[in-house]
Formats: sequence, C-alpha cells, structure tokens
Amino acid sequence: MDAIILQILNGLDKGSAYALIALGLTLIFGTLGVVNFAHGALFMIGAFCAVTMQRLLSLSYEEIDPTRTDFLGNPLKVEVPYVEHWFGPEIGGAIIDWSVPFAILLAIPVMVGLGFAMERGLIKHFYKRPHADQILVTFGLAIVLQEIIKYFFGANPIQTGAPPAFSGSFDFGTLLGFDPNVIIYPYWRMVYFLFSLAIVGGVFAFLQFTTFGMVVRAGMADRETVGLLGIDIDRRFTLMFGLAAAVAGLAGVMYTPILAPNYHMGMDFLVLSFVVVVVGGMGSLPGAVLAGFMLGILQSFASMNEVKSLIPGIDQVIIYLVAIVILLTRPRGLMGRKGVMED
Amino acid sequence: MTRPTLTRRGVIKTGAYAGAGLALPTIFTSRARAFTNAPTGSTVKFGFNVPQTGPYADEGLDELRAQELAIEHLNGMGDGGMLNTFSSKALDGTGILGKQVDYVTGDTQTKSDAARASAKAMIEKDGVVMINGGSSSGVAVAVQGLCQEAGIIFMAGLTHSNDTTGKDRKKNGFRHFFNAYMSGAALAPVLEKAYGTDRRAYHLTADYTWGYTQQESIQASTEAIGWETVNNVLTPVGAGDFSSYIAPVLNSGADVLVLNHYGGDMINSITQAVQFGLRDKQVNGKNFEIVVPLYSELMAEGAGDNIKGVYGSMNWNWQLSDPGTKAFVKSFGEKYGRPPSNSAHTCYVQTLLYADAVARAGSFDPCAVAEALEGFEFDGMGNGPVLYRAEDHQCFKDVLVMKGKDNPSTKYDILEIVEVTPVDHVTYPPDHPMFGGAEATLGQCNNGA
Repeated sequence: MDAIILQILNGLDKGSAYALIALGLTLIFGTLGVVNFAHGALFMIGAFCAVTMQRLLSLSYEEIDPTRTDFLGNPLKVEVPYVEHWFGPEIGGAIIDWSVPFAILLAIPVMVGLGFAMERGLIKHFYKRPHADQILVTFGLAIVLQEIIKYFFGANPIQTGAPPAFSGSFDFGTLLGFDPNVIIYPYWRMVYFLFSLAIVGGVFAFLQFTTFGMVVRAGMADRETVGLLGIDIDRRFTLMFGLAAAVAGLAGVMYTPILAPNYHMGMDFLVLSFVVVVVGGMGSLPGAVLAGFMLGILQSFASMNEVKSLIPGIDQVIIYLVAIVILLTRPRGLMGRKGVMED
Repeated sequence: MTRPTLTRRGVIKTGAYAGAGLALPTIFTSRARAFTNAPTGSTVKFGFNVPQTGPYADEGLDELRAQELAIEHLNGMGDGGMLNTFSSKALDGTGILGKQVDYVTGDTQTKSDAARASAKAMIEKDGVVMINGGSSSGVAVAVQGLCQEAGIIFMAGLTHSNDTTGKDRKKNGFRHFFNAYMSGAALAPVLEKAYGTDRRAYHLTADYTWGYTQQESIQASTEAIGWETVNNVLTPVGAGDFSSYIAPVLNSGADVLVLNHYGGDMINSITQAVQFGLRDKQVNGKNFEIVVPLYSELMAEGAGDNIKGVYGSMNWNWQLSDPGTKAFVKSFGEKYGRPPSNSAHTCYVQTLLYADAVARAGSFDPCAVAEALEGFEFDGMGNGPVLYRAEDHQCFKDVLVMKGKDNPSTKYDILEIVEVTPVDHVTYPPDHPMFGGAEATLGQCNNGA
C-alpha cells in the first residue's frame, strides 16, 4: 500500500510537467490550429530563464583573501556576489537562494515576448499550409532555439537548487498513519504540483470567466462567425500564443530544482507531451491536463521493481503502449472533440 | 605504311609488361605502409576521442584540457609538467622521434556507435597513430575493438569496468585507470571501519558494462565484510529523473544506498536521494548512508553539499603530495585556473606513456609500442610506482579512498583523501573470474599491415 501511495506521489511532479506542456500545446492547437513542435523548446527556454536569473543574482567581483591560499599556494581569490556586497551576506545569500522563484518575474515577459515574436514572425505565415509544413517549421525552430541555448550555456546540465526552505522532504506517511520515514516526498516536488494546479486553474478561469476568454472560446468553436461579428480574433489568438508560451516557460522555470536543465530537455519532454495530448484528445484542455497526470503516475508505477521484474523495460514504453491502445479504440482521445483526428 | 600485326603472344607479352608497370607503385606504397597510418611527414597525429556532449561531458572536456597540455609538453612548450618527474627519460621535449605532435578531437557523445564513428573518421581521414581518451566503459570496449581491427594503439581514458582489461582485453589496448575490482578492494575495509559489518545495501546500477562489473565487485567485497545485498536495480544511462528508482529504497529495509552511477547521472541520483530524505533517515537503528564507489572531483563539484561525508574511491587526486602530482597540478592549474580531475590526470599520463613507449621502441609501429608498454614499470606520475601488467595491459598502483569534506574551504576542496590503499591490496591474478577467467586473452597484435 505504502509503495503504491509513494508512486502516485512520485508521478505527480512528472505528470505536472506533462500536463502544463500539453495544456500549452492544446491552447495553440485549439486556437490557431497549429501543431507546435517548438513547444518543448519553450519549456527549455523557461528553465534557462531560471539559470539566467541565478547567474544574474550571483554576479560577483573578486576579492583577495591574504589569509588563505588556493590550490597552487597563491593568495585565495574569493568571489563576492554584488547582492551580498549591497545587502549583506545574510540577505544577499537568501536572495541568491531564492533565484528560481524570482526567475518567474523574468520568465513571464521573456516567454510572452518570445511567443508573440514566434507567432507574428513565423507561424502566421503557415496557417494556411498543411499540418506537415507546420510541424517541419516548428521542429526546425526548436532545433535552432536548442542550438542557441547550447552555444550560450554549454552542453552540460546546470544545477539550480530550490530555496533552502523547500529543499527538505515531507513525511507523508505519518499523516496517513504509516510508520515515520516510509512515505517521504520532497517539498519542492509538492510545490511544483501545487504550482501546476494553480496555473491550470488560472488558465481555465481566464477562459471561463473573462470576456476575453469567452471570445477566444467562441473563436475556437467557430472562427469565421466570430470574425464576422467584427471582432479581431487574430489579435486575441496571438495573445493566446503568448499565454501558451508563458505556461510552458513557467513549467520549465519551476522544474529546474527537480532536474538540472540542459539544452535538450525540451525534446525529451516534447515527444511525451504530444503523446499526452493525443491520449487526452487533440484540442481538449481538460483532456490534456487529465492525461498528463494520468500518464505521469502510470509511468511511475511502471518503474516499480515488481512491475519491471514481470515485464522488463516496461517503464520506457508504457506511455506509447497506452497511446496505441487509445488510438486504436478511440482515435479522438479520452476527451477529444468529435471530428478531430477522426474521419 | 606498315600495319602493326596483332599476335596472341604479342598481346600476352604487352599485357604482362603493362600489368607489372601498373602494379609497381602499389608495391612501393605497401612497402612504405608497414603499419596503419605510419607517419611520413614532420608531424605525427594523435586522436583524442572524448565525450564533449552527454552525461559524461564534464569529464571529457577536462580530458581534452589535459591532452592539449600533454601535447605542449611533448613539443617542448610550457614547463614540461610530469616529463620532469617521470622515471623514464626517453622523451626530451622535442616531439617524438624527431616529429612534432599534432592532434585531432572527436565527440563520443558517450555512445558506443558515435564513439566508433568518430574514432573511425580519425583513423581513416586524419591518419592518427593512436586514440586516447573516453569516459565510459561501453565506449572504451567498443573503440578498443575498433582500434584492434584497424591496427592502431588504444589508450583507454576513463574506463572503470573490469571488462576493459578483463574479458574484453585486447593486445592493442592499454588502461592506466583503475577498475571496479580495485575500488571494491580499497573501499570495503574503510566502509567496515565507518559503518560496521551489519549493514543492508541497496544498489542502483547504470545499465551497461561498467555498472554491471562495478556492482558485482562492490557486492562481492561488501558481502565479504558481512553486509547483505537487499536489491540491485538497473537504471538507464542519462535517465535524468531517478526519483522513481529512489522512492522504493525508502521502505526496502536497506540502510545503505550504493550508487553505481557516474557523471551527470550520479549528480542527479545523489541529489534526488538527498531530496527524498535518505540522508536524514534512521533504519534498523542506524543512520542511513550513501556510498558512491567511483568518485570524481567534477561530479563532487556538481553534487555540491549532497556529497558531504559520502565515501568513494578514486584513481588519483590533485591533493597528493608526490613531486609528479605537484608538477602536474602546477602546470594544469596555471594554464586553466583549476586543479585537474582524475580523468584529466589519466589522459595526460597516458599520452606521455604512449609517447615514451614510442621513443623507447624507436618506432610508431603499434606492435613495437605494445611490446615497450608491456611489463613497463615507472614512477613519478602520481600514485607512486606503477606496473603496466603484460598479461592484461592493466596498470597496478595505489588506490585512493575519498570522503566528501564536511567544511570545504573552496569549491575545489570538496573531497578529502582518507586512505591510500597500497597496490598489494588491490592486485588480483590475470585469470580472476571477474576478469574473464582463464579464457580471457589479449589475442594477437595487429599493426594493420
């Protein structure tokens, strides 16, 4: 029992990342009808916003400490971050420790701006072209973005830690009446799960309860009629692209303490997120979120030793097996609209 | 005007002369090419095949730094580094056998097929006489096989699997680095002293040759001191998120987690193990402990505070105080502003050892070089006296046991040497069962002629 609860918890954070990326993908597909293969790259760029924020906050100057020596026996050069110099070591150190949450402030304008630029500069020219062309151009864009990041940040993962207050773990087991230390879940993974719930809730509320969201939903259902009413639906859809990019970016920022970001992390998540979208149903926002969490948890179960000893390698293929079964039995996905991906 | 008359005999004779004439140049070239890539000009080219991307890229880039430094020292630039302390004096800083040394690099990507492809390109297109480097045993075994077929020398870089000089040993392949068996033999007594004889270990193991042999070696040596092995779970290389492998450790009844991971994988797995609270846990009335059998400074740097108090083994460390180590650290530190890692040390030393063997053999012929390396004893390269054993081409030297330092003063001072295990304690017979038993042989030398 405890092992099952542990794996459910364990699947939540991966599921959260899948759900957030799939949510953004679905927003873009639902509004613009574009299959955005660059979406994983947006997730990756979000993660590198956190790296950039960490580097900005740790910018430092060198001071020579004559009392100590370095490995060559020369006086030790100590790097003093400017924020520590200005605010004192305690407050300055704390600011650096909190660089990942602070990075949200940087990521929102960067991601929205990047989303606008992508949509206006490139993707709008492909609206009337076949899906295959859209996939090719966005995939190409993903590779370009990936190589740019590799050029500036290198090929290696870069550690970005959670704030110390969230770096420990929470004993879930004692809450549920188990022995101490049996079901433990790291604080930051809980933060990530709650954060993703908040983002998903925010996006749904925005679409459901604002006039803007209502118009966008109307446009998703029937773009031409909305256009005939004199509403500039294109401008609203561009904004939705920016929003979708921001969702992917924030998912990336907050994921960095769980897994050190590297330049190809977007591709790793993208393929899985597409499977999530297909399983959830192309164009269905609730479907994307539901499938994201479901497949995250399923993947976690599949990597249990007991399961792997029965079917070796199942943890690597489980998601694709589920996708095959869903596509064979229900091509529109779990909650997909009729007519999408169906004859 | 007379018309030439064609006779049967005339045609045969003309054909024979023409054939002989055409074949003549190939007789000359095959005589000139007595072995693969025999250097003809004023330079000789080495191939440095290291991971420049992928989970072991940090190690690869440090290996490259060291190899570039070795080339400088061979060509008489810089301060000469370990050439000044090396017991053999066949090299004088004027290149090798009167030729300046040049090099090309390749990216193994830590993948066997990519590594073979880049090694093949370096052999066929760039004409290298040897290949040095690499940071994965899977890659080392693959490239060693390729070099054996192509007829050049392979100086394996960072490879710790028993198989490299065990069941997969090759006459053209040499390894300066220590191996998993030696790690187990060096670690077990230290672990016994620190954690006692009544322990239950859970292994997470990288799913390839290195992981298997390291796990087997550590299991054998810890079971010999009375430990029990609860479980061994294989994990994919480059898995990224290891949480679903770490979570089951919590309630497995184990009180030690052995991470048979390396590079970026080890950084992720130990970080996540700490996030899951394993270090703060008490099991069976004892503090839960983590062991990382193969350590490197670069991994320790990446893992930060998470490695405090964690034991592991190393081939060499810049904090040793012998003259060879000091010379190398000074050279490397002044050029790159950081102390060298143990992978850098191995690749630097191997470059010099190869060059020295060529100089002693008086030829770049791989079979002559192999003969010069076999049974070669040397000193002055860190680790004290070293033997290149003839039977399996494995170096035998002291092994270091390290521990994550509790209060590091700088970011390079994160590991401390707790034990220098004498070479006698880590030596094993060449036909040891973990190394392919009596059937394992080096085979024949191939010079590609």
